[in-house]
Amino acid sequence: MQALKYARAASVDEAVKMLREGGPTARVLAGGTDVIVQARERRRQIELFVDIKHIDEVMSMRMEPRGLTIGAGVPLYKIYGDAQIARHYAALAESTRVIGGTAIQGRATIGGNLANASPAADSIPALFVLGAVATVAGPNGRREVPATQFCTGPGVNVLLTGEFIVSIFFPALPAHTGTAWERFIPRNEMDIAVTNAAAMLTMNGETVTEARIALGAVAPRTLYVEAAAAALAGKPLTDASIAAAAVAARDAATPIDDMRGSIKQRKHLSGVLVERTIRRAAERARA
Amino acid sequence: MTTTSSNRIVINTTINGEPIEFLADMRDSLLEALRERIGLRGAKEGCNNGNCGACSVMLNGRLVNSCCVMAAEIEGAEVTTIEGVASAEGLHPVQQAFLEEAALQCGICTPGFIVATKALLDEHPHPTEEEARFWLAGNLCRCTGYDKIIRAVLSAADTMAK
Amino acid sequence: MVATPEKPTYKVIGTRPIRPDGVDKVTGRAEFGIDTRLDGMLYGAVLRSPHAHARIKRIDTSKAQALPGVKAVVTSADFPDVESGTLDLGEGSANPKWLVDNVLASDKVLYHGHAVAAVAATDPHVAEDALALIEVEYEPLPAVLDVREAMLDGAPILHDDLRTAERAEGMHADATKRTNVASHLQLKKGDLEVGFAAAEVVIEREYETSMFHQGYIEPQNASAFWNKDDELTVWTSTQGAFSVRDQISAVLRLPVSQIKVVPMEIGGGFGGKISIYLEPVAAVLSKKSGRPVKMWMSRDAVFQGTGPTSATYSRVRIGAKRDGTIVAAHAYLAFEAGAYPGSPVGAGAQCAFAPYDIANQVVDGYDVVVNGPKTSAYRAPGAPAAEYAVEATINELAEQLGIDPMELRLKNASREGSANAVGAPWPKIGAQEVMLAVKNHPHYLSELHGKDTGRGVALGFWFNGGMESSSTATINADGTVMLILGSTDIGGTRASLAMQLAETLGLTMDEIKPHVVDTDSVGYTGVTGGSRTTFAGGWVAYELGMEIRRQMVERAAQIWGVPVGQVAYGEDGVIVGPVEAGNERHMRFAELAGKLAATGGMISVSSTQRKNTAGPAFAGHIVDLHVDRETGKVSILRYTAVQDVGTAIHPSYVEGQIQGGVAQGIGMALNEEYVYDAEGRLRNASFLDYRMPVANDLPMIETVLVEVPNPGHPYGVRGVGEVPIVPPQAAIRNALKDAIGVNFYRTPVSPRVILDALLPAD
Repeated sequence: MQALKYARAASVDEAVKMLREGGPTARVLAGGTDVIVQARERRRQIELFVDIKHIDEVMSMRMEPRGLTIGAGVPLYKIYGDAQIARHYAALAESTRVIGGTAIQGRATIGGNLANASPAADSIPALFVLGAVATVAGPNGRREVPATQFCTGPGVNVLLTGEFIVSIFFPALPAHTGTAWERFIPRNEMDIAVTNAAAMLTMNGETVTEARIALGAVAPRTLYVEAAAAALAGKPLTDASIAAAAVAARDAATPIDDMRGSIKQRKHLSGVLVERTIRRAAERARA
Repeated sequence: MTTTSSNRIVINTTINGEPIEFLADMRDSLLEALRERIGLRGAKEGCNNGNCGACSVMLNGRLVNSCCVMAAEIEGAEVTTIEGVASAEGLHPVQQAFLEEAALQCGICTPGFIVATKALLDEHPHPTEEEARFWLAGNLCRCTGYDKIIRAVLSAADTMAK
Repeated sequence: MVATPEKPTYKVIGTRPIRPDGVDKVTGRAEFGIDTRLDGMLYGAVLRSPHAHARIKRIDTSKAQALPGVKAVVTSADFPDVESGTLDLGEGSANPKWLVDNVLASDKVLYHGHAVAAVAATDPHVAEDALALIEVEYEPLPAVLDVREAMLDGAPILHDDLRTAERAEGMHADATKRTNVASHLQLKKGDLEVGFAAAEVVIEREYETSMFHQGYIEPQNASAFWNKDDELTVWTSTQGAFSVRDQISAVLRLPVSQIKVVPMEIGGGFGGKISIYLEPVAAVLSKKSGRPVKMWMSRDAVFQGTGPTSATYSRVRIGAKRDGTIVAAHAYLAFEAGAYPGSPVGAGAQCAFAPYDIANQVVDGYDVVVNGPKTSAYRAPGAPAAEYAVEATINELAEQLGIDPMELRLKNASREGSANAVGAPWPKIGAQEVMLAVKNHPHYLSELHGKDTGRGVALGFWFNGGMESSSTATINADGTVMLILGSTDIGGTRASLAMQLAETLGLTMDEIKPHVVDTDSVGYTGVTGGSRTTFAGGWVAYELGMEIRRQMVERAAQIWGVPVGQVAYGEDGVIVGPVEAGNERHMRFAELAGKLAATGGMISVSSTQRKNTAGPAFAGHIVDLHVDRETGKVSILRYTAVQDVGTAIHPSYVEGQIQGGVAQGIGMALNEEYVYDAEGRLRNASFLDYRMPVANDLPMIETVLVEVPNPGHPYGVRGVGEVPIVPPQAAIRNALKDAIGVNFYRTPVSPRVILDALLPAD
């Protein structure tokens, strides 16, 4: 473990102050399942951990008519364990349920998953299709950053020194909307996604009125695949339109070859997972 | 939590029901603090990055990997380790089931499995085989092929239901 | 399920008592090597090479030495010079010169993760900080990581002084040629040319297997204290305390009488915890600092620097008659040894065709060094790769001949009296019994339903080891018996050995108290490995029991004042004398034990046994699986493992050994592998990316214990732990052929590989 200090913030303002004073090597400690390991393995330069888990706002979760707000420190098990979330934001429940093992889920957070900015992050495709927006606090007050604009590359994000994610907001979805998330991993648990995908469909009868498709681990950051959504929106949902969306997803993917997957495998899986998530989202939209 | 002049901190916490105060390095993980500062060596280091579950403990009632928790975080918290699973009266039914089903060979992963299994049964008293396997997927065992472990989990659930 | 035709009636053997060390292990109290805690101890850490192959030009440790809290720094310069030679490790052997060079590199580093220097400090964080202050100047050299490339002329050479040891009859190696081929061996029987000339069908295939790690959950560790009188004590997790003592003695040139090795509980080994790594480093750090030093490896160091088993390339050619009679077979096996010679290719060669009685066969084996970690024993060392290649080829032969794969195997089965790979007759073996049990098993007879599902079978063979074991048994006045063991208990051998002594004495399991002790406290005992411990330790327990019986009879005769010949030891543990005045004279074991002190003293006996009558083990596995054609994902639907276990002493732990071996084999078949980059750096040195099966990857694993007692053991024990890892790679590969019609020639068959086979080429 590199030489680092630990500090506990009691309020958002105090956390901002600590992070600002700590400078670029200060890091928020929420679930810690990424940053503690990164500090230990010296993969990130970290000199100060600011523990935000003693700030009420960061630890709270509320469902309101306008949408769902999840504090950045809320552990995954509380998210997928919430019956309302499972019903209204299925893609979020599906993705949070399989990040790490049970013990990881006792600590890990979607705030951390987003901030860590891994191209293969499991929750981020779900955040994309759910239209999630991060509330960021910093020295200049608060700002809202859509999840789709949060990560700027592998391991890097838009946060400035002194800023951190306080919570993530998920707008209420229109009626007849379904979402789904799926990943492919070689084992049945505990792996980093070779590819992951999420879909959101709003249906009017058999016609898709709105579609959103996202893909992970196939580019330096999670992809919001407009072309795949365009292949579905405004049309009846058919095998042909789903296939067109899958082709669009494959075409959009620009993966790399690495120990976790090949280019060919990831492009192929992009199509498979997009098709599967579309079909499941559609079922849910119809239900 | 008191920070000393060096990188040391005094931590006040509750472990296995006992209030305890100890001196740790600010770099210590909970696992390091338990093993090297406090002397509770039942939680094991298998990977030190959250991928094997040998260091499983309960933190404020929730199953966690103690290698992925900073020691300083447990100030004011409640921690239960494998050493706190059995009572003065005897073994916990999960421990008894692991013995009877021969659910251990070398035994290094066993403390983690028992803590994780107890957490499972506290939350889901009647898991299916599939649910038990999913819950325990973060705990690696290299000796048993999991067969007898899963049998022990299901058998402990039966015992505890009686 | 235990499938036994007939066997003697036992009271203790075959029951399933709770293991004596169980409570400590379920309560977290058991002291494993990583749990060692010594007063005033320092923490050690090792600096490892970032290069796969490089010359060490300079090491400067002065800055590390100057860091407050650092008490000692060592490099290879702190070790004595050792001569080349051969040191028996129990499961394999080692050259002390290579062994010490592997412990800390001297002139060159030969693999990514090769240990270069070590420090001891007052705190683990300080030790780690100190490593970053050690300066090493390297001159990188070209690396070679693949066995076939390493064998080519012009390949980068690891050892300038290495020459091929030619072990094939009538062949000679070039004594001047620098090479990576450490040795060539050849096993030969019959006439291969004549055999193939008579064949009506000939099939030849090539195979590759990846490096696989043993994957024990407890990392390597060692604690040492070098006292001022040069007495060294080492606490470690090892499969063989005496083997560690011998290795330390060889590399530190310290007499064995000055070394005590304390075997702590061991968190898995599978062959990987026989060789020393940290032990001598901790010892020298202790010597330099004057304090006890504890060290353990990080998980990435375990993957980079310990284990694994050889990656292999093999070529198998089999010739048969149309009726399925196999008439000729040749196997070419090239095994990676890692950085230093010593792959298990010899064992692999002997196992390759073992299940089959083939008149004309040759096996060529090559031991080849590459820039990877020095390989070490891993469960049936050498057998999984060699038999995978043969069992895959047999499957294709069966298809080509249109014969049921088990029928073909049965037709050619080895049997008692038929010749093994070196031409010697097999003793009583259970090869046919296992094959029949597979063929008649409801699993094999059932119909397999569903699209993209497939079934595969494969056989496995392992010799099992004998070697040396020692124990002492001491009778307590209350009739309990202390059983002092030299074998470390990895998976229930305290139980299996205590049960055999209880059986011999007619006592209950609870009356025997087994304890594993250090090298000062028991006679020489070989490693817990090679599936030998329950066999060899059981022999010792039996001999101890028989000697105790003899002495108890003598004592009873003395007490009763009757000739020894009139006293008998009953199988129920009751000592019976002649009838006197109509009264039977008998004493229970405990009753007599209570009289020992007053009638000449307590009884304590010791025994050392070295038997070469280990019973070979055969296994046959059946697997059903499903392939998701869209993703390449394989799901294991059903798995049945049939095995000749001789006599199952504690059936639960026999089943457990089989299930564990199957799980490791499934890992090899589907997902486990080492991934190196172009420069030879290991990319997946973690449990995250070295993908061992997790709980929801596997179904329940059905076991069928066929008991063909080993005539070379008083209770018919054969080893059981090794052979179950042998069949899975081929069984799964054969099932994949059945499911999707594709023959694979490399393991692991990961989803990526399956997709590549199913998708159109680019």
